Amino acid sequence: MMVLSPDFFALAYLVATVLFIFGLKGLSSPKTALRGNASAMAGMLIAVVVTLFHPDVKNYTWVISGLVGGALVGTGLGLKISMTAMPQLVAALHSFVGLSSVLVAFGTFLAHRDGGELNPVAMVELALGSVIGAITFTGSLIAFGKLQEILKSNPLVFKGQHFVNLILGLLMLGLGIYFTCTGDVMSFTVMTGISLLLGFLLVLPIGGADMPVVVSMLNSYSGWAASATGFILSNPLLVTTGALVGSSGAILSYIMCKAMNRSIVSVIFGGFGAAPVEAAAAQVAGKGVKSAVAEDIAFLIGNSSKVIIIPGYGMAVAQAQHAIKELYELLTEKGIEVKFAIHPVAGRMPGHMNVLLAESDIPYDSVFEMEEINSEFSATDVGLVIGANDVVNPAAKSDKSSPLYGMPILDVYKAKQIFVSKRSMKAGYAGVDNALFYYPNCSLVFGDAKATCEALVTALKQE
Amino acid sequence: MSPTMIALYVFVLSCFVGYHVIWGVTPALHTPLMAVTNAISAIVVVGAIFVAGRVSAVSSMWVELIGFLAVFLASINIFGGFVVTNRMLAMFKKKK
Repeated sequence: MMVLSPDFFALAYLVATVLFIFGLKGLSSPKTALRGNASAMAGMLIAVVVTLFHPDVKNYTWVISGLVGGALVGTGLGLKISMTAMPQLVAALHSFVGLSSVLVAFGTFLAHRDGGELNPVAMVELALGSVIGAITFTGSLIAFGKLQEILKSNPLVFKGQHFVNLILGLLMLGLGIYFTCTGDVMSFTVMTGISLLLGFLLVLPIGGADMPVVVSMLNSYSGWAASATGFILSNPLLVTTGALVGSSGAILSYIMCKAMNRSIVSVIFGGFGAAPVEAAAAQVAGKGVKSAVAEDIAFLIGNSSKVIIIPGYGMAVAQAQHAIKELYELLTEKGIEVKFAIHPVAGRMPGHMNVLLAESDIPYDSVFEMEEINSEFSATDVGLVIGANDVVNPAAKSDKSSPLYGMPILDVYKAKQIFVSKRSMKAGYAGVDNALFYYPNCSLVFGDAKATCEALVTALKQE
Repeated sequence: MSPTMIALYVFVLSCFVGYHVIWGVTPALHTPLMAVTNAISAIVVVGAIFVAGRVSAVSSMWVELIGFLAVFLASINIFGGFVVTNRMLAMFKKKK
């Protein structure tokens, strides 16, 4: 077979890199997004096909069976998964990238050791690739377990946790240095084992409320793992792509932290949402809440001219999005302006609510981000909060003692009338009582979000 | 320049590119962004193919098996990631 020059591969990889960048750029608007995805797919196709022709690839049995097997499983997963389960799927996929990076590091090490082509720099890269991959792998497994509710979502903390992590980290570093100096396979294996353990320990103490940050962070790690693999193989395609993914995850983590008014350090150290906070609850205790039934809301909404709906994760849990879509259509037909307001941390991963609303055919130009819509609440007749809690708590603005203080919120309290659909008086993720419920212009509707929305639709139809 | 230094240059510059491109992504598409970055981070498949497809007299069954598993996992990611991104993006529609 004709042997292709290394420059040919470098050039093809450059094309793939550019296609990936265009792919991400396409996501700047829903209009260009599908084209962007197609561009990224083309990049991947080029990268894989070209690699198959590389002179170093001589044995196709394992390669092809791996590719085909993965294609079958991956496509099946991608087609079947429900939109509500998207965070779990993403977490599971992160873990695969992590494990794959570890395996590539191991495989490269074994193959190169036998070929005698290892130098200290290569070994540092191998160690890094394996460590980052391993932490991504087990960290994502825990995140998956928590999101899938196999594991309890509340943070698991024990005494001396940070100390244990520190010792393990130092041990890992020591073994890494020893490995670099000696090339000892045992130290490499034990170092990877410790990294796996660290991945578990780092994510276990992080609570359910912080899941959007964790998922973003692991997204970032999976990118860095790919980059490290690129360093091992001196392959610029992997280095670039990994860096793109790594910075994407890092930016998402930053956005999520800012939206929750938490520092990345406090998220990583974990324990948030462990102890219920009484301070805010005590402050509003003694005041009563008003409750309303679907017919009351139907009457008020039917006579309003502008409604803003605020969905939260509770909407997804109750599978209420299709009932909400019906409500949206009914109101729009009556000539009432309906908008949706999304808080950056609504749902369990960034942008999750937008996908769920899009799935139930709500047009994306009716869905707005917090900054876009916050100024409109004061001119709104009815604010309808469905399955959201902490993100509409005005205590975040006014009550310095509240743990939410400083977190940006949706200003629904400014609306003329507010209805909150809630299953019970239980506090939200942050374990804080919601001051909004005690506002004179707020009424609570108790019950399942889906049932409430359906009752509302029925009542509106009867009017 | 050693290959490692070149890789470092590429890495740092790519981080800057990533930073600028990602801030341009609309928040409404952050979930598809994660799914698609997930798919492209499976570019480790290139490394996995090199491991799985490498034949040398001394390489053991272990290397091949490790390589196969790595290719398999990365391939799940590629297909799963792209398919699910496509499904999500196809749902985003404008007002009629």
